[in-house]
Amino acid sequence: MNKKLKIGVLSFQGSVEEHIKILNSFDDIEPIEVKTLKSLNESDGIILPGGESTTISKLLKIFNLEEPLKKRIENGMPVWGTCAGLILLAKNIEKESPHLGVMDIFVKRNAYGTQINSFVINSNIDEISKEKIPLVFIRAPWIERIEKDVKKLLKIDNHIVAARQKNMLATSFHPELTKNNEFHKYFINMVKESKGNINANILEVLEI
Amino acid sequence: MTKEIIERYNINKNLAQMLKRGVIMDVTTAQEAKIAEEAGAVAVMALERVPSDIRREGGVARMSDPKIIKEIQKAVSIPVMAKVRIGHITEALVLEALGIDYIDESEVLTPADDMYHLNKFDYKVPFVCGARNIGEALRRIGEGASMIRTKGEAGTGNIVEAVRHMRTMMSEIRKLTNMPKEELMTFAKENGAPYDLVLYVAENGRLPVVNFAAGGIATPADAALMMRLGSEGIFVGSGIFKSSNPELMAKAIVKATAFYNDPKVLAEVSEGLGNAMKGIELKDIPIEERLASRGW
Repeated sequence: MNKKLKIGVLSFQGSVEEHIKILNSFDDIEPIEVKTLKSLNESDGIILPGGESTTISKLLKIFNLEEPLKKRIENGMPVWGTCAGLILLAKNIEKESPHLGVMDIFVKRNAYGTQINSFVINSNIDEISKEKIPLVFIRAPWIERIEKDVKKLLKIDNHIVAARQKNMLATSFHPELTKNNEFHKYFINMVKESKGNINANILEVLEI
Repeated sequence: MTKEIIERYNINKNLAQMLKRGVIMDVTTAQEAKIAEEAGAVAVMALERVPSDIRREGGVARMSDPKIIKEIQKAVSIPVMAKVRIGHITEALVLEALGIDYIDESEVLTPADDMYHLNKFDYKVPFVCGARNIGEALRRIGEGASMIRTKGEAGTGNIVEAVRHMRTMMSEIRKLTNMPKEELMTFAKENGAPYDLVLYVAENGRLPVVNFAAGGIATPADAALMMRLGSEGIFVGSGIFKSSNPELMAKAIVKATAFYNDPKVLAEVSEGLGNAMKGIELKDIPIEERLASRGW
């Protein structure tokens, strides 16, 4: 069967089209906008895009998607938060209560300052790609601390800006704003692996 | 243009992309800014007077007192924008020094220059500008605006001008995508638009920057209408804090913008909001008092 993997993009607000456009460039992926329980349930993995974390978090609550999303993530659905998405995932946020609160990271919002301090750099991330990739930081947060379960993927000037904990990927920057799709490839692989695992688990259960 | 300027310009366009599907609200105090943030605004516009008060009181409208801007910056974690008069180089430098996140070179304030807009590439801070049609939008982008909004007719609570401006722009964009290449230069000439940007629109079927709606949005249905017409987000000026229940109205407009294509949600959020701001019929505003005609 050649069923496409469905990757959801939380679509209340922010860089939704940008993520969907990149996902669309992969033949075996069907991107879907997620604003309802139905579309969340159809998703094999989900991207929490850049945008304003307070806005997205409020809409998650108002439209009753916060708890179901949290449960899916806790049950192993792959999730990738870019910028605002990273803030939504964090268990601890400086001067603010957590939103989804699923990832063992301590986050500082607007850590670099206002828009004048936004920047782009090119950097190597071994886990993602052999070549340097462009990283766009827009009023970005950074990760102050991680718990031992979390793997640091990139540190810039002593601050962690990309990390992974099992099924959860978080980046301070916005790969969706660049022409480089290495991060999306990496996340798609996370989703494929998790599908593989689920299928393997079902097979094991059937054999027993 | 240097590599640094182009890189900075792209980063500034990127911030506008992060605001898409969101609502930017005019606020005049730290307390109003908090109400806006609490309601789910993606940014606030720090002002001394909302447009309907500027219209009513008359006189010269200028950049806000930096004290108010600073208080608002302190009160919220979302981006803070502020307005400068058209062509006012030093007001823009002052706002840049305050670390504002976005400057609106706005026709709502009294123009400082009746010939020239700012060269927005001179600043690190990003700019949004108003436009009524594609020519005006592309002129502003040519000067370095990294975000566009319709002008509408600010402070009226009347959506008709914003609708006209958005429909005009979208219709011109659709025409451009169908035009053979030899017609594009004449289009550029007739619309006073830079040729390279006309080419961009013809090839991509959209403006090279994010395009929001502004000027006259007063209800959740107004916001949803503008999104349906092709707007990528919403500015609400007087519509929130001149309504009878600002908290409710602010929340409802945020929800309506995110769910603009879901009539059931729109029906729910439009219920029991109290009175929207009192509107003004356009024919009651003399042509010379219309704000949208400011800008060159």
